[in-house]
Amino acid sequence: MSNKMEYRALELENVTMQFGGVVAVDSFSMHIEKDEIVALIGPNGAGKTTVFNVVSGVYAPTNGCVRLRGKTIAQGHPTGKMRSLYAGSQLGEYEKLISHTPDQITQMGVARTFQNIRLFKNLTVFENVLIAKHMRLKAGMLSATFMLNHQEEKRIRHETLDLLEMLHMTDVKDEPASSLPYGKQRYLEIIRALATQPRLLLLDEPAAGMNPQETEDLSDFIRQIKEQFSLTVFLIEHHMNLVMDISDRIYVLDFGKLIAEGTPREVQSNPDVIAAYLGVDEE
Amino acid sequence: MKKGIPWIATLIASTLLIAWLTSLEANKANHGMLISILQKSVILAVVACAMNLLNGFTGLFSLGQAGFMAIGAYVTALLTIPTKNLDGVYYMNGIAPSIKAFRQWLDTAPSWVAASYPYLALLIGGLVAAAFAALIGFPVLRLKSDYLAIATLGFSEIIRAILASPQLDTVTNGSYGLNKIPGFASILSPFLIAAVCIAIMVLLLRSSYGRAFKAIREDEVAAEAMGINLLKHKAMSFVTSSFFTAIAGGMLAMFMRSIEAKTFSISLTYDILLIVVIGGIGSMTGSILGAFLMTASKEWWLRFFDQPLTLWGWEVPFFRTGLRMVIFSLLLMVVVLFYSRGLMGSREFNWNFLLPETWKSLLKRLPNRRKKA
Repeated sequence: MSNKMEYRALELENVTMQFGGVVAVDSFSMHIEKDEIVALIGPNGAGKTTVFNVVSGVYAPTNGCVRLRGKTIAQGHPTGKMRSLYAGSQLGEYEKLISHTPDQITQMGVARTFQNIRLFKNLTVFENVLIAKHMRLKAGMLSATFMLNHQEEKRIRHETLDLLEMLHMTDVKDEPASSLPYGKQRYLEIIRALATQPRLLLLDEPAAGMNPQETEDLSDFIRQIKEQFSLTVFLIEHHMNLVMDISDRIYVLDFGKLIAEGTPREVQSNPDVIAAYLGVDEE
Repeated sequence: MKKGIPWIATLIASTLLIAWLTSLEANKANHGMLISILQKSVILAVVACAMNLLNGFTGLFSLGQAGFMAIGAYVTALLTIPTKNLDGVYYMNGIAPSIKAFRQWLDTAPSWVAASYPYLALLIGGLVAAAFAALIGFPVLRLKSDYLAIATLGFSEIIRAILASPQLDTVTNGSYGLNKIPGFASILSPFLIAAVCIAIMVLLLRSSYGRAFKAIREDEVAAEAMGINLLKHKAMSFVTSSFFTAIAGGMLAMFMRSIEAKTFSISLTYDILLIVVIGGIGSMTGSILGAFLMTASKEWWLRFFDQPLTLWGWEVPFFRTGLRMVIFSLLLMVVVLFYSRGLMGSREFNWNFLLPETWKSLLKRLPNRRKKA
C-alpha cells in the first residue's frame, strides 16, 4: 500500500453513544468517500443529530471511533460509571481515549449547520460570516487591537463580501441576522459554515420548514457549492425529494441502529425502511 | 459622511475639553467639587468599560471588579508612597524590610524613571492583576452565568480579606490601610490615562477578537462550531478586563490618597454594575455616560435633599440626611422602567448627528411612528 492512497473523507466505526441508560446510537458504522454527498435519514429520534454531534466533537463517543481523512479524531470505550451501565454492542477494541473539542474539529476542516438555526442573532449578516474567518487569523490579540494586521483584516473582509455576493445578500449585509426571513437564515448559516473553509460540510436538516420550490432551489445550491468549493457533504434531511435527488448514498437509522444503506433507489425499495417510516401491521 | 469629518470633530471636542479642564484647574479653589466629581467619574468610567467588555460583550457575568481594583490600588500605593513617608504610614506595625529596601533601591533610578513613575506603577498594578486573572481564570471560566458570578465574587472577597489580614500587616498595613499616596500631578492626567485605556478597549472590540467575544456572547455552541476556542477567548477577555480594572483601581488610590481594604467591598462592584446596566449593557458610550451621570447625581446634584428645606415658611418633610439615596434609587427605577436596555442600549456614539441627513431621516420617521400607535 502506498502512502499516497486516498483516505476516506469520514469513517465511523462501531460508534455507540449512550446517555445514562438510553442508547441513542448503537454500534453505527459508515463511511463517506471524498466528493460524495451522503444522507443520513430516519424517523424522529432515530439518533441522526447525535451522530453529527459525535462527528463535530460535541459528544465523545461512548464506544467506537471516528476517522477524518484517515486520522482518528475521536475514540472511546465505556469508562467509569458507564462500564456497568453500558448497554450497547461491544464491538472492536478502542483502548486509547482520543477526543477533540468542536473548535479543533472545525479547524481540521469540518463545518456544520444546526437543526434549529444558531446564528449570532444580534450581529449583522456581515459579522456573522466574518466571525467564521477568525480562526484562520494569524495575528495575536495585541497586534489585532493596534490594527497591525490591517492587510489580513482587509483580506478576510473581502472574502466575506465575496461569499455574501454569491448569495445576493450584499444589500442586507448590515442588517441584524435575526431580521432575515427564515429561508435566508438557513442559507446564511450554510455560508457561515463555508467561511471556515471546510472540506467536509455537515448539514443538519437544511430544508426544514421550506416549501417544495425552496427545497428544489436548495438542492441546486448544495450541488453548486459542492462543486465550487470541492466539498464532501454529509446531510440529515426529512424532505425525501431532496435526499433522493442529491444523495449518492443513503444511510437509514432507526432507534439508533443502522437498518439500511445504499443508493437512493435501493433504499427506497428496502422493506425495512418502508416499515420504519410507515409502520408494520401487527397481524 | 466624509472620512475626515469624524476626526476633525473629535479633535475639536477634545481640544475644547482640555481647555475647559485647564481653566478649571487654574481656578481650583472655586471648583473643588466639580473637579473631584469629574476625576472620580472618569476613573469609574474605565472600570465600567472594563466590566462591559467582560459582561456586556463577552457575556461573562463576573462580579470580581472590586478585588482586581484592590490589587491595582495596593500595588500602586506600595510603589508610589514617598520613601520618606513610609515609616510614618506604617507607624503601628512597621514595614517589611524587603519592601523598604526595594523602594530605597528604586529611588536610585535615573530621573526619567522617576518622572514616569506614577504611570509605571499603574501599569505594574494592572499586570499583577492580569496575572491573578490568568491564574484563577482557567478553573473559574469553565463555569456558566450565575456560577461564574458567585466564584468571582468569592475571589473578590478573598482578596479583601487577605489585604486586611493581620499576617500581612507589614505589607498592607492591615486594617489601618495605606495613606500619603501622591495624587495626580494635574487634573488632566486621569483623563489622559482613562482615554488611553478606553481607546484600547474600543479598538480591541473592533478587532477580530472583539467579534469573537461577541460571538461567544451570542451563542457559545455556534461560536465553538466556528472554530473559536471558548476557554482561550474567555480568558483573553477576562485578563484584559482585569488589567484595566486594576489600572482604574490604582487611579482610585491616587484620587483618594488613602486606601483601606474596606474601600474595595462588594458594594463597589455593585456601584459599577449599576453604571454598566444604566448606561447600557454592550455599549462603551453608555458606560462612560453612566459613570458621569451616576457619580454626579449621587454625590452632587442630589445633595440638597440631605439638608432641611423651608419653602415660604413651610418645612418640607423628609428633607434630611439619607433622603438623597432614596431619591437616587427612585431615579434608577424610573430610568430602568423607561430605558429597559439602559440609556444607550447597545448603540455607540458617533458624529452622525452633525449631519443634516440624520435629522431629515429622523423627521421622516416621526409621522410613521404615530400611524402605528
